[in-house]
Amino acid sequence: MNDMASNTRDNLLMVVFTAAVLTMPIWLTPIGAGYPDLLQKFAIFGIFAVGFNILFGLTGYLSFGHAAFLGVGSYTAVWTFKLLGMNAVPAVFMSILFAGIFAAAIGYISLRRAGIYFSILTLAFAQMCYNLAYSVLTPITNGETGLRVLNSDPRIFDRMFPSQDTDGVLLADFFGIELTGYQGFYFCAVLLIIAFYVSLRIFRSPFGMMLKAVKSNQNRMNYTGLNTRPYTLAAFVISGMYAGLAGALLCVTDPLAGAERMQWTASGEVVLMTILGGAGTLLGPILGAALIKYFENIFSAFNEGTLQSFFSFLPESLREITVSVSSLFVGEGWHLTLGVLFMLIVVFLPGGIMEGIRRLIALFGKRGPGDGAEAKKAGALPAAAE
Amino acid sequence: MKILQVSDVNKRFGGLQALNNVNLEIEEGAVHAIIGPNGAGKSTLLNCFVGRLVPDTGTVMFNGTSLLGIKPHEINQAGVSRVFQTPEIFEEMTLLENIMIPAFAHRDGSFRINAWASVAGDTEIREKAEHILEDVDLIEKKDVIAGSLSRGDKRRLEMAMCLVQDPKLLLLDEPTAGMSRADTNNTIDLLKKIGERRITKIVIEHDMHVVFSLAHKISVLAQGTVIAEGLPDDIKGDPRVQEAYLGGAHL
Repeated sequence: MNDMASNTRDNLLMVVFTAAVLTMPIWLTPIGAGYPDLLQKFAIFGIFAVGFNILFGLTGYLSFGHAAFLGVGSYTAVWTFKLLGMNAVPAVFMSILFAGIFAAAIGYISLRRAGIYFSILTLAFAQMCYNLAYSVLTPITNGETGLRVLNSDPRIFDRMFPSQDTDGVLLADFFGIELTGYQGFYFCAVLLIIAFYVSLRIFRSPFGMMLKAVKSNQNRMNYTGLNTRPYTLAAFVISGMYAGLAGALLCVTDPLAGAERMQWTASGEVVLMTILGGAGTLLGPILGAALIKYFENIFSAFNEGTLQSFFSFLPESLREITVSVSSLFVGEGWHLTLGVLFMLIVVFLPGGIMEGIRRLIALFGKRGPGDGAEAKKAGALPAAAE
Repeated sequence: MKILQVSDVNKRFGGLQALNNVNLEIEEGAVHAIIGPNGAGKSTLLNCFVGRLVPDTGTVMFNGTSLLGIKPHEINQAGVSRVFQTPEIFEEMTLLENIMIPAFAHRDGSFRINAWASVAGDTEIREKAEHILEDVDLIEKKDVIAGSLSRGDKRRLEMAMCLVQDPKLLLLDEPTAGMSRADTNNTIDLLKKIGERRITKIVIEHDMHVVFSLAHKISVLAQGTVIAEGLPDDIKGDPRVQEAYLGGAHL
């Protein structure tokens, strides 16, 4: 491929992606996801997964402790709110910085091992962070109650430029614009677009190529004059910073940081998101994140009544059976649906949702008029998303 | 001038003396073959040159600096490239990418966060990589995933990966092992072509046809010791060599 063609394709991808993200409130309404709370989660966990993918998707190092950086980001954000004021910009900036420092320290030690030992080390560090936040570091984290912004906090800039009415609940703002509802979503959406663009640039850069080479053959890299350790550490820190950003945004939309955000289940969730969407692809992690958050919010809200009306076309006896079986998979049981879905995807589409899309496009291309060459071209398009 | 000087190198693995006072000098620009029966210590010796193993005693000097305790990637940056017995390539990546990675390493050093640069926009590296692929007759397959190549092609690719770095010293560990006669001849031609660049080469080889058509000088290793050294014609007739290879049996 020549550089002109690949450049045009990437620009097209960015334009389509930006348009799709910004119009999410419109095109997601028909499936019941068009409300700001959920859209924010799509964007925030999309950022988390995009960052995780830079580590796991490119270098193949499976971290089981990335929720620690999400938590560090959240605590840093709330502390920035408390000390500096409710503007979201310094909070986001500080969270990325602190998560990066934490990632450098944890990564430096964990990356001395590879494979399962690396995963276990990151898991251990994350659990340590969780326990510290939950009990030992209570003065900083406020333990199990969670850290929140109080009216008595210094908030230097807010005191200097009093604009918000200080009674009532304190909310994050962006230079006077309160970040609730759709404003909150668009703040996160813009950051998602930026985060995606950075990830795209990394994928297309010599640096990204080296990260892929780490996954492929570290031995060859060493005998080719490349020092693999700093490459993996850089990827680890970058993905930690993405997690920090996501953690900050969780607090921007709701200024409360709790230790449970650092638990191993949260670390596992981002692994699921990335694999479900397609590890190592550009768009996959975002799709995976959205899918999981959608299931969590929509399916868990279904109850027997919803099912009754959904299957109302069936005869009485059949309906009872159908409802009682399918009710296992909704409401409290939404994890079961997710589990089955995950199983199906890993077995039939090891490349995740992105592989499914690629296959569909290849199939569609083959049936198109231009036969082989056309199919190849269609196959090349999603390759841009790789 | 001597590009590589090996003096009194010993290496012991448990009860096995793998290398026993090995002395070796490689002339710059020469093709130097190291031959010897299985288990003679040829690969162990090569591993001491690239930083995979550290000798127990002795010195390895490359261009006047010691290679002992230097990491593999630093030794490569100093100008030593290695072709492995089993091709070590980036199986999941395309041929072009396989060549571009060492090309970047050669130009940009062992680590660089150039996350904002574009691979596709780097015409200097790409042209260099395509040029090397033409030299090894793999240019038509440049967008093919390397893992799908035949063993002979993989070997050629690995050689191209080393060549793109313009090494001062190229180490070849059995470059024709497991190849058909035709592939072997292709490889010999390729190595001769590389010879025009005056890269110093150390070749470990079992195939005497390859050795005698390439080498300027031959060292024979047996049980961890250099038992003979000289020009190809001298080695052919040396009774010690026949003894080492044939275990003293007379043909």
